[in-house]
Amino acid sequence: MLYREAGDYKTSYVADSQTFPIKFDRYGYYILLGFAFLVMPLIINDYWANSIVVPFLIYAIAALGLNILIGYCGQLSLGTGGFMAVGAYASYKMMTAFPDLNIIFVIIIAGMVTACVGVLFGLPSLRIKGFYLAVATLAAQFFLIWLFTRTAWFYNYSPTGMISAPTREIFGVPVTGPRASAVSMYMICLCFLVASAWLARNLTRGSLGRTWMAIRDMDIAAEIIGVNPLIAKLTAFAVSSFLVGISGALLFTVYLGAAEAGEAFGIDKSFLVLFMVIIGGLGSIFGAFAGAAFLIVGPVLLKLLLVNSLGWPTDLAAHLEIMIVGALIIVFLIVEPHGIAALWRTIKEKLRLWPFPY
Amino acid sequence: MPDTLLFALEASLNGLTAGVMYALVALGFVLIFKASGIFNFAQGVLALFAALTLVGFQSGQIPFSHLINAMLGTRLHHFGWNMPTVLAIPATVLVMIGLAILVERFILKHLVNQEPIILFMATIGLAYFLEGFGDIMWGAEVKALDVGLPKGMSSAVDEATFAWFGYGFYIDRLEIWAAGIAAVLVAVLTVFSQYTKQGRALRAVADDHQAALSVGISLRFIWVLTWSIAGIVALVAGIMWGSKSGVQFSLSLIALKALPVLILGGFTSIPGAIVGGLIIGVGEKLFDFFMNPIIGGATENWFAYMLALIFLLFRPQGLFGERIIERV
Repeated sequence: MLYREAGDYKTSYVADSQTFPIKFDRYGYYILLGFAFLVMPLIINDYWANSIVVPFLIYAIAALGLNILIGYCGQLSLGTGGFMAVGAYASYKMMTAFPDLNIIFVIIIAGMVTACVGVLFGLPSLRIKGFYLAVATLAAQFFLIWLFTRTAWFYNYSPTGMISAPTREIFGVPVTGPRASAVSMYMICLCFLVASAWLARNLTRGSLGRTWMAIRDMDIAAEIIGVNPLIAKLTAFAVSSFLVGISGALLFTVYLGAAEAGEAFGIDKSFLVLFMVIIGGLGSIFGAFAGAAFLIVGPVLLKLLLVNSLGWPTDLAAHLEIMIVGALIIVFLIVEPHGIAALWRTIKEKLRLWPFPY
Repeated sequence: MPDTLLFALEASLNGLTAGVMYALVALGFVLIFKASGIFNFAQGVLALFAALTLVGFQSGQIPFSHLINAMLGTRLHHFGWNMPTVLAIPATVLVMIGLAILVERFILKHLVNQEPIILFMATIGLAYFLEGFGDIMWGAEVKALDVGLPKGMSSAVDEATFAWFGYGFYIDRLEIWAAGIAAVLVAVLTVFSQYTKQGRALRAVADDHQAALSVGISLRFIWVLTWSIAGIVALVAGIMWGSKSGVQFSLSLIALKALPVLILGGFTSIPGAIVGGLIIGVGEKLFDFFMNPIIGGATENWFAYMLALIFLLFRPQGLFGERIIERV
């Protein structure tokens, strides 16, 4: 039957607590994974990879990370762009200092470096909260970008102040640098995204995720029942920054290839990822994907429609784009404050009862 | 007096006047926060929008001309007349009031009783919307704004300081004017909120929404009122910044600079906004002055935030903010 729990008896606790308890869902998920890993590499071309798919995969990782911090732990952060820059510059330094190190380890270490920086800037969250914390994270954003543009060591004293990714290979296939093909770029981002989503999902439903949610719902009450706010908040900052750092490293090494801190990782990136999390749905793994897809695909479609079909000038289309994004955020907040994920949940509830809703 | 001290003094005087500009933006934040508990991120864009509208009216631009041209293939750009500043400013004020009504009708009304964070996000959405809207309405190029305020070096200050110290300070006359206008604005706002009926209603709403409702104060009217006042304050800030450095997108970024000002002063205090603005203004100029040889320039980008961050660790509610008491 379509989308029913009926007849799907769980006989163990493990089976009951799985991520997709409904068979229909589970097979849908397997089919999607199979499609992403087996079919997409065959049909993907340069245009699709560069304008939609790869940015979507990378920003989905960042949105997952920020969602852990804001959606699960309730700590508002506007420093995402700065943390992405940390990931990018850490990966650049690693790539140039240790040319033999595999790119996968480079990216993971870049994520760890970002996690450390994130914990450092997360320390104030122990004393300040809400909007005050948001402003405090702005300090991270502006300070980090300033540090990377001013300190020549970070960009290896290159005269332009840009960093550019050298070519690195996995199993002999170049994944970074100018020779990387669309398929290899797609595959490395996809692997990281699947691993990140798996990590995020399992962390958030475990005991750590529960302490985060307790802090989010009411921090004083959580403290009284024995949640250690120090550990809960700092681990949230660490995990979140780790994912954001990985996404920054991927954005730089795989997608952009060359970057300059102020331009590629400015405050607008922080807001972009924040919007993804809000539109997708706070506190939902699916929401991070939905929000990233929405904000990556939406502008491309709009541009296709306005510039290519109607022949409008690009600057006008760009203004219209931010206007529409702004309006959409307001509409979403009014109609469904919990984002696309909540809409999806409602649809699923309806689907379970369909066609006899009573 | 030694030269370094004189230079530092000049830098801090310039910082004071820059701080007044920050305080002007922060003032708009405080007003809205006090009246509705909304942390209005769109304040900076509001200033940009107001300045754009003022320039548009002054130079007789046709609104949405780019859009109309793109859709219909026409070549409209100007009406062909200039509106005098005396008329353009009231017209812009009317536009800001209209905007306040629209914001209340289409956004705030639907978000009553939502969590503060949702409202904050909504104002970010509003900021993006207005940014795109202003650009589409008036075009995105950098515009010069001139409302007849004096500009350039103030020779009076120059001569006076030269007579005292043997070194003339450079201070822009525009910034002295800005300080004066800000002082007047604060005085007017204080009188308004202390001595008029609407001002009292405003404070009542700020104190307790439900109690205010139960004695017959219209919440929706108060919201329109505060957003209008915030719009007018934004217009003043927009005029000041616009005459200083042209009307352009970076104007909306001063909103971000106003955030540490707010933190220093506390979200709910008008004097706090002023004092916070001055501290940040002087602090970043002095820090840049002393640290420039050691760690390089452009520290203005982050100094204010760092100062606010360190300050918050010791006093989480700001200098003049109300003490946050939390209960479970």
